[in-house]
Amino acid sequence: MTSNPSDLRQPRGSRNQRRHTPKANMSGIYRRAIRDAFVKLNPRVAIRNPVMFVVWIGTIVTALVTLDPNLFGTAQGENPRLFNGLITIILFFTVVFANFAEAVAEGRGKAQADSLRATKSDTVARKVLPDGTIQEVSSTTLRQGDTVKVIAGDLIPADGEVIQGVASVDEAAITGESAPVLKQPGTDIASSVTGGTRIISDELTLRVTSDPGKGFIDRMIALVEGAERSKTPNEIALTVLLAVLTLVFLIVIATLPPIATYVQAPVSIAALIALLVALIPTTIGGLLSAIGIAGMDRVAQFNVVATSGRAVEACGDVSTLILDKTGTITLGNRLADEFIPVNGHSLQEVAQVSLAASVFDETPEGKSIVRLAQQLGATVDFDRASAEGIEFSARTRMSGTDLPNDREVRKGAVDAIRGFVRSRSGAITPDLDQAYEKVSRLGGTPLAVCDGGDLYGVIYLKDIIKPGIRERFDQLRRMGVRTIMLTGDNRITASVIASEAGVDDFIAEATPEDKIDVIRAEQSKGKLVAMTGDGTNDAPALAQANVGVAMNSGTQAAKEAANMVDLDSDPTKLIDLVTIGKQLLITRGALTTFSIANDIAKYFAIIPTIFAAAGIGALNIMRLSTPQSAILSALIYNALIIPALIPLALRGVQFRPLTANQLLRRNIFIYGIGGVIAPFVAVKLIDIIISAVGLA
Amino acid sequence: MLQGWIQITLTLAIVVAITPLLGSYMARVYLHQRTLLDPILRPVERVIYALSGINIQESMTGWQYARSLLLSNLVMAILVYLIFMGQGFLPLNPTTLSAPTWDTALHTTISFVTNTNQQHYSGETTFSYFSQMMGLGFLMFTSAATGLAVGIAFIRGLTGRSLGNFYVDLTRSITRILLPLSIVGAVLLLMLGVPETLDGAAIATTLEGATQAIARGPVAHFEIIKELGENGGGFFAINSAHPFENPNAATNLIETVAMIAIPTSLIYTYGVFANNRKQAWLVYGMVFAIYLGFVIITAIGEYGGNPTINALLGTPQPNLEGKEVRFGWAQSALFAVTTTGTMCGAVNALIDSFMPPGGFVTLSNLFLQIVWGGQGTGTAYLFVYLILAVFVTGLMVGRTPEFLGRKIEKREVVLASFMVLLVHPILILIPGAIALQFPLGVNALAFPDQFAGISNPGFHGLSQVIYEYASAAANNGSGLEGLADSQPAATGLWWNLSASVALLGGRYIPIIALLLLADSLSRKQPVPETAGTLRTDTPLFTGVTAGVILILGALTFFPILALGPIAEAFSLGG
Repeated sequence: MTSNPSDLRQPRGSRNQRRHTPKANMSGIYRRAIRDAFVKLNPRVAIRNPVMFVVWIGTIVTALVTLDPNLFGTAQGENPRLFNGLITIILFFTVVFANFAEAVAEGRGKAQADSLRATKSDTVARKVLPDGTIQEVSSTTLRQGDTVKVIAGDLIPADGEVIQGVASVDEAAITGESAPVLKQPGTDIASSVTGGTRIISDELTLRVTSDPGKGFIDRMIALVEGAERSKTPNEIALTVLLAVLTLVFLIVIATLPPIATYVQAPVSIAALIALLVALIPTTIGGLLSAIGIAGMDRVAQFNVVATSGRAVEACGDVSTLILDKTGTITLGNRLADEFIPVNGHSLQEVAQVSLAASVFDETPEGKSIVRLAQQLGATVDFDRASAEGIEFSARTRMSGTDLPNDREVRKGAVDAIRGFVRSRSGAITPDLDQAYEKVSRLGGTPLAVCDGGDLYGVIYLKDIIKPGIRERFDQLRRMGVRTIMLTGDNRITASVIASEAGVDDFIAEATPEDKIDVIRAEQSKGKLVAMTGDGTNDAPALAQANVGVAMNSGTQAAKEAANMVDLDSDPTKLIDLVTIGKQLLITRGALTTFSIANDIAKYFAIIPTIFAAAGIGALNIMRLSTPQSAILSALIYNALIIPALIPLALRGVQFRPLTANQLLRRNIFIYGIGGVIAPFVAVKLIDIIISAVGLA
Repeated sequence: MLQGWIQITLTLAIVVAITPLLGSYMARVYLHQRTLLDPILRPVERVIYALSGINIQESMTGWQYARSLLLSNLVMAILVYLIFMGQGFLPLNPTTLSAPTWDTALHTTISFVTNTNQQHYSGETTFSYFSQMMGLGFLMFTSAATGLAVGIAFIRGLTGRSLGNFYVDLTRSITRILLPLSIVGAVLLLMLGVPETLDGAAIATTLEGATQAIARGPVAHFEIIKELGENGGGFFAINSAHPFENPNAATNLIETVAMIAIPTSLIYTYGVFANNRKQAWLVYGMVFAIYLGFVIITAIGEYGGNPTINALLGTPQPNLEGKEVRFGWAQSALFAVTTTGTMCGAVNALIDSFMPPGGFVTLSNLFLQIVWGGQGTGTAYLFVYLILAVFVTGLMVGRTPEFLGRKIEKREVVLASFMVLLVHPILILIPGAIALQFPLGVNALAFPDQFAGISNPGFHGLSQVIYEYASAAANNGSGLEGLADSQPAATGLWWNLSASVALLGGRYIPIIALLLLADSLSRKQPVPETAGTLRTDTPLFTGVTAGVILILGALTFFPILALGPIAEAFSLGG
């Protein structure tokens, strides 16, 4: 009886209440991260991060010259062992801090995976054999295509399609949402169930749709745990740049000894390694993977499961959003607001006929018509038992009631009713068009009502635009994202809603096939497109889109085609995802800029002091006390900046919906100029402390 | 003093005035639009294409372009090497010079085919007129045209066009740009007193009654392409300081402008190709600002003179050591900054004798390679830096970085960072470190005298060695001299061979990378511009690029600058 499949979607709660991750034990994260930070020192793990691997090698070399300061030629300075030992310790902690950053980022996902795994206990399933008998088997033996029966209290043994029965299912294990969800067969939307959720009433017969270990929960575990984490395109490109920079500085440092010796200002191996570590981009090198993992995690906190980091990153690049009107831009339910009589009928008569046409309509729209008609004093003046409800279908585009006295009352799309009235040899009066236009111009959906060939009037179904949506579209526009609204409404209605909501474009009277056409058209212009969908007929479009977000309430086909699944089934979230994607990229860019900008200060701290013999002490503009103190200060800063930036890496740089140029100005100022200045101040402070303590 | 600054200002004003004229002319040439010279040159080019079997319609991929370039350069190099080795039997050899040593010939060939013109020899006593004209002169045109072709292919790729045909670009660069300008320039130089003769040395009797041989030759035509094509290899050993190469202030002005005209104008040509003259002028302004800063630093250093000598004189005097008095401190400083910035390498004063600020600037020019940069390649490097700046800072606007609507991804970052960040330090620092490690002939068996033959100890010696390789790797060709690099010095072989490696690596590795980068960019589907797109044609972004150039390009060499010219400056107590 639904006139629009999306009417089943019920937006749940406001945006802020939605940040509930599935129950996961977060308390042990830091303890586990500290342990992991040391486990990651294993060279086979460490080599995955070329920048930090160089630091790790440097640590070993300085450790050797701590044991034997004359290992690579005669050592200089007083007490080289203490100095080399201090450098070794600082370098070691630089590596550990970087590992810790990654471990903390991974920790959240691991904790979440653990709690998910808990739901995946081995259960006994009632397998329905081909002859109809029921056999109790272990859930791990179920294969795709098997049929199982579940009854109230059972854990659902595997992902499946409901083929029989109506029951409520508690999906809190995956969505964190405690209200049970109604499941029934054939409705395209509510017929899919997820293994690991619990049926809490009645019973269902399911056809299993996944093999063991490949179910939705298994995929989720793999994803949140980062087991399948592969580097995203931008991350790879950035890693290349950081590796090249590291290599460049390796060459600079490796060629420095003969050069320094030639000008009679030789330097110790420990000082060279210190200079190398200070110059290579350790800050971003140490935080890069944590930023990526945290980005995925932020998506997960929004209760969205992304199949890959690539998809999250693509969100930032999206330039077109394709949004369904219903449920995304407007509240799911359109409500009857007014009856407009035509053809010489009175308001009362229209109300009466509308009521008659809607008594069997269980949709919120139908109920609102009944309510409005009753407010106007209309009553049911026929025997309900002998009347028959006529369901809405996409083909007839109308619904209604066949009354006992052979009257056929109908309501539906104006075109459809017009056809119906003609087929009953009734007359169409021009005031129908006026009423139709009037409603459309108000942004409402006009439904015509008739009784056989007698046209009665138009019902004004009012669409309510979600509060705050216009502001969000304004933000998107400022960020350069175009929004296209898709709706089944007629052009006039669509254009009114579009301008009220502030979308950039709309497609009226759209079919599911239109979605894929719009996506292809946008992509051919070089744009990245994001969309949401839930039905099976959305699947091709979800697969075609660069970012396809399937609603968890949607069909299995839709979920498989999409690269993200929204567990809350809230299509508005697409907008948040764009923000998260951008935030991820901005964080990466900001910390890279910061890291590279830091080099200036580190150069000015170390070069003049280690080459003091060359008479360039005047370049020591920070007036650091001694060469040892200068090196230690720069290295301590270099090590401490990593943990200091962990919160920023995990939380992400604060995102503001500004244009690209405004963002650049702002971020260059903070992370570029700030990155030049901050280490000058910090290194000087550390130097003062070191001198005060008398360490060097 | 005022006179000097007026000379500098006037020269720069002429350069800026020429930019849009020459820039739009070059754009017309490479966009194959109608130009004034069409009626004369079309038939000539048609004959050239027909004789060499070039299909002018055929557009090349990055690899094809690179392959054609390498192959044609190799053939030219072999030809010229044979000319050198056979010059004793070839005509136009009035001073009956025999073939140079194999390594000098090899180094010279490589040096000229790579548009570097680093000279480990004295022209007047090493090469015959035939070798100078048919060998060196020939390569001066083709190597400059090769550079221009690369620059224009890069600009085409960057702006989403197909790269074009190397042979056509090479031909048109010569017939439509280098040759016409050279003819005009050579005639002007002739009129101003530069000789052009095939007669041997003039024999003069001095006042004391001694006989003196005064070297001369076909200089005028050689001189103009030397400057215009960023070649820099002098007909005579002392290059543009020689009164026959650069007799007066007028020829000096022509030569300075000729050096810088094409690299500056090519930025404008980019503006035409990209249909974004605003961006061209912004980038131009950024480079001009660095260039101007460098000129001022150098000029002040030279004007201030040497503090040690000033103390002796009791009055400050400009530093005129190693300078021609007819040019003075201002024109010498301008020439030195221009020649190192544009990778020309011609000199009208000994850069070795410049004060430390001049040493700092000239070395920095060789390290950065974009203060106008080499013929064609300099402009390409400049935009590679823009691409790197987009990549580093572009993420900060929350999108995959893109330049001119083309996404900068792994392949682009690999090629860009490899060529401008990695190749240069490798080619300069590694051989430099080897030469400095064994300066006094530790390896006595192979090299009985000195291994490296560095004439100076300390900071200045360091600068000399690094300058040699920086000049080779940047395809500049000027030298701080002071190295025993000419045969028959025992160390000549080391310098010839090690510099050859830097010459070849510094030329062809980046060229291949540039062409592949251009190819990869040209194949990308452009992303439409929205409010979320980072605009690269703003003063803000141009400033960011300058920061990226200074941090990524210059910081690498900061230790060298600190221990070389900066330490030298402190030691002089300036």
